[in-house]
Amino acid sequence: MIGLRFMRLGMLSLAVGMFFGVIGGFQFLFPDFIKELLFTKTRAIHVSMVVSWIFLVAIGGVYYYLPRYAVKRLYSNSLANWHYWLFLFTGILVLFSYLSGKFGGREYFAFPPVLSIPIFISWIFFGFNFFKSLSVNKSPWPVYYWQWATGIVFFFLTYTEAHLYLVPYFRENMVREIIVQWKSYGALTGSWNMLVYGTALFIATKIGGDEKIASSKMAFGLYFLGLFNLIFGWAHHTYLVPSDTWLRSFAYFVSMTELFIFGKIIWDWRGSLSQWEINRHNVAYRFLFAADIWVFLNLGLALIISVPFFNFYTHGTHVIVAHAMGSTIGINTMILLASIFFVLNESKESRLTAKQSKGVKHGFWMTNISLAIFLIALIVAGIGKGVFYSGEPYQVIMYNIRPFLMTFTIAGVTLMLGIWAILWLAYRSMGKQIQQLKIQSANEIIENSL
Amino acid sequence: MLLIAYFIYSIYIFASGTDALSGMVAHDEQSRHGQKLFQEYNCAACHQFYGLGGHMGPDLTNAMSYRGGNVGEIIARAFLTNGGNGMPNLKLPEDEISALIAFLKFVDRTGTYPPKVYDMTWYGMIYQEDDPEWVREGAR
Repeated sequence: MIGLRFMRLGMLSLAVGMFFGVIGGFQFLFPDFIKELLFTKTRAIHVSMVVSWIFLVAIGGVYYYLPRYAVKRLYSNSLANWHYWLFLFTGILVLFSYLSGKFGGREYFAFPPVLSIPIFISWIFFGFNFFKSLSVNKSPWPVYYWQWATGIVFFFLTYTEAHLYLVPYFRENMVREIIVQWKSYGALTGSWNMLVYGTALFIATKIGGDEKIASSKMAFGLYFLGLFNLIFGWAHHTYLVPSDTWLRSFAYFVSMTELFIFGKIIWDWRGSLSQWEINRHNVAYRFLFAADIWVFLNLGLALIISVPFFNFYTHGTHVIVAHAMGSTIGINTMILLASIFFVLNESKESRLTAKQSKGVKHGFWMTNISLAIFLIALIVAGIGKGVFYSGEPYQVIMYNIRPFLMTFTIAGVTLMLGIWAILWLAYRSMGKQIQQLKIQSANEIIENSL
Repeated sequence: MLLIAYFIYSIYIFASGTDALSGMVAHDEQSRHGQKLFQEYNCAACHQFYGLGGHMGPDLTNAMSYRGGNVGEIIARAFLTNGGNGMPNLKLPEDEISALIAFLKFVDRTGTYPPKVYDMTWYGMIYQEDDPEWVREGAR
């Protein structure tokens, strides 16, 4: 049940996060829009809430799947409950600090750094529970367990690294500080991607019914390539920060190894299409398929902006925002929604009715079409800012790209409505599932006492 | 194996990989205070350094040397005092404005963004003016 609670909290987090994202979008165009709520607050809330969505649903999935598919029971349900309440309590404190204008951290983790302590503690609870639970499973791990394990370990390492700015040695040297900050952020994103991609492979394996895929050499090869990129592939963020040449050259080389993944997607395309024909009525598969397409497009964009020459023109522009949004919405969110609908389909009470499936289908198309417009607008705005208007005053640049930013904001509204429609149906259905599990566990207690 | 590589690589970066020539500019008390204020007001939500940060306002890496002389400082002081053009009036006291200006001056001395002088190789690699190795090799 704890996995479902995490997922529901994640859904709430996404719904609220998108709302603040839309407010931020309007503030971008009209700075006086809801003047009392500064953009510094709305952006921080938006980012923290959508990052929480990713973690909450990925963690919820791990808590839900482990006792059902890997081991008989979770090592400690109470530890998982502590994790949940600590996460929720810290989240409320973070929100409160943002709304009251108390910052002090860095971009993406702008809350006062003292609030990172409970996040660290909750992560220890999660890691301990995960490894202790799986320690009874003596058979070789399929790749998705390795991905989850890697995500847990590397989150801990990279989140620690993200706080090194508190040490004077790092803070005193601007270049060191920026590079270490973005080294940690690049790898931290890689760590949550490990959790999310592990979830994707887990669901794909269960839907396809072929466990061999998750233990194949290819699966492990791609996992190691992902891990290699997590560790060494962050420096394309800092090509234009003055530093050693070899750091940039090495990052360029590492980024290009992803061409292999890109090629693999193209190679598998036919197979993916036939799988689509078989599974297109499965809601979870529909979202996984969408994620597959977004992986292809986003990886293509990532490869382009990782070439230093193109990076020179796109760095610091909305093209990078498009890449970040494409990854978090197009890939991560689609996979996590697939995970939610996979879980809902496991119980009779929460399984979608024909009417609900239709609603999700509409939401699915609205979300994906809006996302495509949203990303195209950002890319065009970014190219406009980076290539055509270099050297002009900032306000002139922003004025010239305003029509694209307007398109991006409007697409953001429809994107939010599409996701809200999906979340509304999923949230309610999962509520029924939790209710049913409560009744079941109450019955078990009564039976045991008799 | 990869975990060991991760630690070695990290230690190298922490120790010397980020010792760029221009990165060794020294902080003073006022610029340190400005750096703290920059975080406390979450300025990175809107502004960037070296192209990293928010997109609501301009990149501030070389805001202080903008158009030479003290033009950059005058513009920055005006925005910090009154707001305008999307920048909120945060009603900052004079000492905080001075600290933020000192911090921006410190950042300005660490490098140039975007690089004004650079070379490109046939495979898309860019060597730029702030790159210590490029200067050492005399590729300019």
